[in-house]
Amino acid sequence: MDNSKTFWLPEKASTFVDIVDPAFNLYLYISYFFFFLIIILVTVFTIKYLRRRPDQLATAQITHNLTLELGWTIIPLIVVMGLFFIGMKGYLHMRVAPAGYMQVNVKGQKWAWSFEYPSGAVNDTLVVPVNTPVKLALTSRDVLHSFFIPAFRTKADVIPNRWHALWFQATRTGVFPVECTQYCGTNHSYMLTAVKVVEADAYSEWLATASDPGKGKTPEQFGAILYTKRGCSACHSIDGSKAVGPSWKGLFGRQENCGAGGMVMVDEAYIRESMLSPTAKVVMGYQPVMPVFQGVLSDREVVALISYIKTLK
Amino acid sequence: MIAHVQGDNINYLKTRSGIMNWLVTVDHKRIGMMYLASILCFFITGGTFAFLFRLELWSPLKEFLTPDQYNQFFTLHGVIMVFLVVVPGIPAALGNFILPLQIGAKDLAFPKLNLTSLYLYWLGAAIALWSIVAGHADQGWTMYAPYSLSQNPAVLWMMVAAFFLGFSSILTGLNFIVTMHNMRAPGMTWYRMPLFLWAMYATGIMQIFATPVLAITLILLLIENFFGIGIFDPTLGGDPLLMQHFFWFYSHPAVYIIVVPGFGIASEIIAAFSKKDIFGYRFVAYSSVAIAIIGFVVWGHHMFVAGQSELADSIFSFLTFFTAIPSAIKVFNWTATLYKGSIDLKTPMLYALQFLWNFTIGGLTGIILAILSVDIHLHDTYFVVSHFHYVAMGSTMVAFIGGIHYWWPKMTGKMYNETVGKIAAWLVFIGFNATFFVQLIMGSLGSPRRYYHYWDQFQIYHQISTVGLVILAIGLFTALINLIGSFWNGSVAPANPWGAKTLEWQADSPPVLYNFTETPIVTHGPYAFETEKA
Ligand code: HEC
Ligand code: HEM
Ligand SMILES: [Cu+2]
Ligand SMILES: [Cu+2]
Repeated sequence: MDNSKTFWLPEKASTFVDIVDPAFNLYLYISYFFFFLIIILVTVFTIKYLRRRPDQLATAQITHNLTLELGWTIIPLIVVMGLFFIGMKGYLHMRVAPAGYMQVNVKGQKWAWSFEYPSGAVNDTLVVPVNTPVKLALTSRDVLHSFFIPAFRTKADVIPNRWHALWFQATRTGVFPVECTQYCGTNHSYMLTAVKVVEADAYSEWLATASDPGKGKTPEQFGAILYTKRGCSACHSIDGSKAVGPSWKGLFGRQENCGAGGMVMVDEAYIRESMLSPTAKVVMGYQPVMPVFQGVLSDREVVALISYIKTLK
Repeated sequence: MIAHVQGDNINYLKTRSGIMNWLVTVDHKRIGMMYLASILCFFITGGTFAFLFRLELWSPLKEFLTPDQYNQFFTLHGVIMVFLVVVPGIPAALGNFILPLQIGAKDLAFPKLNLTSLYLYWLGAAIALWSIVAGHADQGWTMYAPYSLSQNPAVLWMMVAAFFLGFSSILTGLNFIVTMHNMRAPGMTWYRMPLFLWAMYATGIMQIFATPVLAITLILLLIENFFGIGIFDPTLGGDPLLMQHFFWFYSHPAVYIIVVPGFGIASEIIAAFSKKDIFGYRFVAYSSVAIAIIGFVVWGHHMFVAGQSELADSIFSFLTFFTAIPSAIKVFNWTATLYKGSIDLKTPMLYALQFLWNFTIGGLTGIILAILSVDIHLHDTYFVVSHFHYVAMGSTMVAFIGGIHYWWPKMTGKMYNETVGKIAAWLVFIGFNATFFVQLIMGSLGSPRRYYHYWDQFQIYHQISTVGLVILAIGLFTALINLIGSFWNGSVAPANPWGAKTLEWQADSPPVLYNFTETPIVTHGPYAFETEKA
């Protein structure tokens, strides 16, 4: 099977391709037919009946023709009802996950994704085994987002305070882009990640290491991993450049102006508070948009992040 | 009352000049012209923002706008184009001017109310622009919660603006409907009304019934904001999807408020320039009304991936397909009207024919979005962006521009330059399709909308689109300069330059203050053209 992209549709990598692509292509032919039918008739009539003398009149006044008009009411009606059934049938299949799926929880936040596996593994890309139904339970920590995998032909909005579901079954290994398709502010177009589809044994191996990410690492090394895996990198730089949030370079020991909160010396307690209840003290010149990590980061992770921030001199 | 002093037989442009006399006028023609001027200014403003952010999209990297500026620009573009241009557009400008003339009346039923709607429109427009600019708002024209709520007070003010604009629109709709019921000239039966008026009638119904939802939304937002009762805001326990339901319950009928007037203009132009009676007049008239009614029950098709139940999605999909039928009927009827006609490819006709082309694509791309399984893939990509531009810009605005050319001699008493007009029409056609057709391909290939940054593989599509917009802009400016220029160098327009049969062409060009010196008596249908003797 040729899995590469075509003129109209992206590369193919899930079982939904067999639902969406044939419907799309069928419709493409139907619309070519109607489009060219209209355009050819209009062109032919225009050329044939073009006014050649200024006082030329129409050659007939045909006010209506019931048979013809019923014809072009009923035929399109039949066509669209067919399309409705094809669409609904495919859609119901795409919405209801088959028994025996594996589940991953997905959390969207401005402007990063995190994937939480039942084993406790947390990652910033989605890793799944090939040929296995996977169900994603999606929710958002802040505003609406939408989770779109073009190669899998599926998407679902990601909603705060609510779990929305999506399932798929990948048909081949590879890395496929994931995009946020619900507008969510400044870096909406950078809210990208990927699905990595691997063979079953590679998956088990990956899951084992991912479930215990701190294993064999110092807190500083673990913190460096969390910096990207937990999406801090979407808003904080480590090279001193200003982004949505303040840079972490030289943060530890710095004096921060927190407006009403006064001048604050950045120490362990302050960093911990910034993560767990970010709005307690908001740094001057920044918007209070940092997500709350209370109940999201484990104690060990908080410690690791603090240790890591300390290393960024 | 105002003009009796100077006599009724002077044309409306000359009766009383001076800006104050325009600002307090109750003459539907002057109000129509003021609407037209305002709407065209907003169209240019909205277009400028589009031009700037399309240039920014020349490459995936930063050209000259930051992501925040890009987001504010598309918000400004969308809000201006939808709420200030295409929604009020044709009814407020051309409807106001033409409707009383076409039924042989002296004015609308409530001339003062008409002036009130103009002021409400200006007020709403000022608040809308101020709220976005002052609030640096970037929530997009769709204003989805909870993101939009973080932009407060900008969104509250936007809703206040929408409230005034909505009121303006309701009053216009009401005025039109009452006028059509009560003020038709002797002999002007319903089935002798031009199709433009049927379109105005259907639009009026939608304006009156859909727009109040905006006011309800505003009240709910105010309650939420000032009393902290969670309605839309999830942090207060509200439901963001509810806001989408409210938004689309108004905005889906609004898309038909946008396009149905365009249908009306297309019917007038096609009849006049093929010297033919519109094929299947009643089907075309009823289909406008059918669209107006079905349009109220399909809003959920904007929420197929938003978390609606499967049952709701299926019902909305099913109903949406029915809106395609009246649209298809019209396209077939217009095509059949050309058959055995005497077709004159003057500027308005070129716009009507490109309307037909664009609307065919706009309608066909709408139907594919109603196919549930396929929409899951296409939703919120450039495909949707292209779909609604094919209908809102390619159909409504193109018909609007065609209508301005068609009625220009009547409105101003001047003829524009035909050759320049035709060149502009071709540039608009080529530019528009170059801009938007590639967006269909890019969208179905998976390019999301509202993206400042994009994958390299889409660069070529973005570049074609940007070049297309340059051509489109040149076309539009050529048309504008041609029209404005006619004030100075246009020849004097006769009463009926196109040989059309509807009543407005029996009035002088431009019409006298009370339109007709004698009330016309109608004895035939709107398109009673003769045929060639064998
Ligand atoms: C959506 C963007 C965003 C994300 C994601 C984010 N932050 Fe922040 N963060 C901010 C902003 C904005 C501020 C400054 C305003 C404030 O103090 O709340 C901030 C402030 C901070 C501060 C205080 C900095 C100072 O200069 O005083 C710390 C520490 C911090 N964040 C840690 C984190 C950690 C750890 C993560 C990842 C687990 C993270 N942030 C993720 C936006 C973000
Ligand atoms: C043939 C009839 C039409 C059908 C079947 C149709 C169908 C649809 C569907 C299903 C969507 C939702 C797509 C999605 O978000 O995934 C949509 C979006 C849209 N359509 Fe249509 N449509 C039709 C005609 C029109 C017309 C005439 C207009 C008028 C100007 C219009 C304007 C829009 C707009 C503005 C949007 C959404 C924009 C947004 O999300 O910002 N459509 N259409
Ligand atoms: Cu987003
Ligand atoms: Cu709609």
